[in-house]
Amino acid sequence: MSSIPGSSSCEVGAKPLWRPHAAGVLLGLGLLLTFVLTGHGLGGSGFTTALAAKSAQVVAPAATEANSYFGGMVEEGRNPLDAWITWQVIGVAFGALIGALSARRFKIQLDGPGALGKPGRIAMALVGGMVAGFGARISLGCTSGLGLSGAATLATAGFVFLGGFFISGAVFGLLTRRLWK
Amino acid sequence: MTFPIGFDGILSGLLCGLVFGFALERAGFASGCKLTAQLRFQDWAVFNVMFTAILVCAVGLYVLRLAGLVDMEQVYIPTTYLWATALGGVGVGAGMAIGGYCPGTSVVGFMSGRIDGLVFFIGIIAGTWLFAGAYDFLLPMLEALPGPEAQTLSELAGVPDWVVLVALTAVAAIVGWFTARPKATA
Repeated sequence: MSSIPGSSSCEVGAKPLWRPHAAGVLLGLGLLLTFVLTGHGLGGSGFTTALAAKSAQVVAPAATEANSYFGGMVEEGRNPLDAWITWQVIGVAFGALIGALSARRFKIQLDGPGALGKPGRIAMALVGGMVAGFGARISLGCTSGLGLSGAATLATAGFVFLGGFFISGAVFGLLTRRLWK
Repeated sequence: MTFPIGFDGILSGLLCGLVFGFALERAGFASGCKLTAQLRFQDWAVFNVMFTAILVCAVGLYVLRLAGLVDMEQVYIPTTYLWATALGGVGVGAGMAIGGYCPGTSVVGFMSGRIDGLVFFIGIIAGTWLFAGAYDFLLPMLEALPGPEAQTLSELAGVPDWVVLVALTAVAAIVGWFTARPKATA
């Protein structure tokens, strides 16, 4: 059982996590730094979209260039991965690795819904990723880019997104609650 | 000197990302179990971390703007497309409840050793391909009901920014006060 009040019994490793408000202050300061340096916030799905466009181009160049969504990203020899968001996601990866290693939380494992075996966990992660990836393109942003960064500018869009996110998350969270034990 | 300063190259991306990834890891957001526990109302870390971060950044931008140090005209504020913005949130929320992560946290999960984080990430790429395939069909919905460009809550409600900041602080404080207390039963 975790020692932090109001937290769940998930396995998070040997060392305790930071209290939510402490982690939130660091995250907020990092986000503020990002805004004053670049004029925009932090993101996630901007990178996965670029990677999807680039990988589609490698596999099927003609179809990708003809596609109305990906076409503009790869036309005239353009490389969608040549962007700030790519370096930001590499930074996220290193920051997370440093965090996990320094707290001795790094552990190679197939985590996921505890009530399921390996095939079930892989299937849930894959389907969940597909739904989230599709959704993040509909809204032009994900939890980071629209929910967090948008709301920090007080944008209506950020709060509309977060409303949809939490309501849907709660509904599907209750439907899947027996699997996450 | 006024911000933003347009420092948006490789070093900028690495630096901002480093802080972001480290903070998410320290919050426990490498764990799909912990992230989805919020959606089952067993753990309030996602709400408390996000709301705290939003407030710290929003108040910071407000103070810097009052001090004449930030030009908000140069800061990107997204625009609402009512159906698309809300339905996208519905998709990302459902995806997290099913698979455990969102795009950013799947990277954090994988970098802490979780294979399911990588699988989720691959799923995002596949979901983006599906979206690209369905783009022409979806386009009318994506562009439906656009709100005013770069509209803020303050503009929507017709109140000064500080009123919105006070209201959001009140929400964060009330939720934080109730959820940061030990559970009644062990």
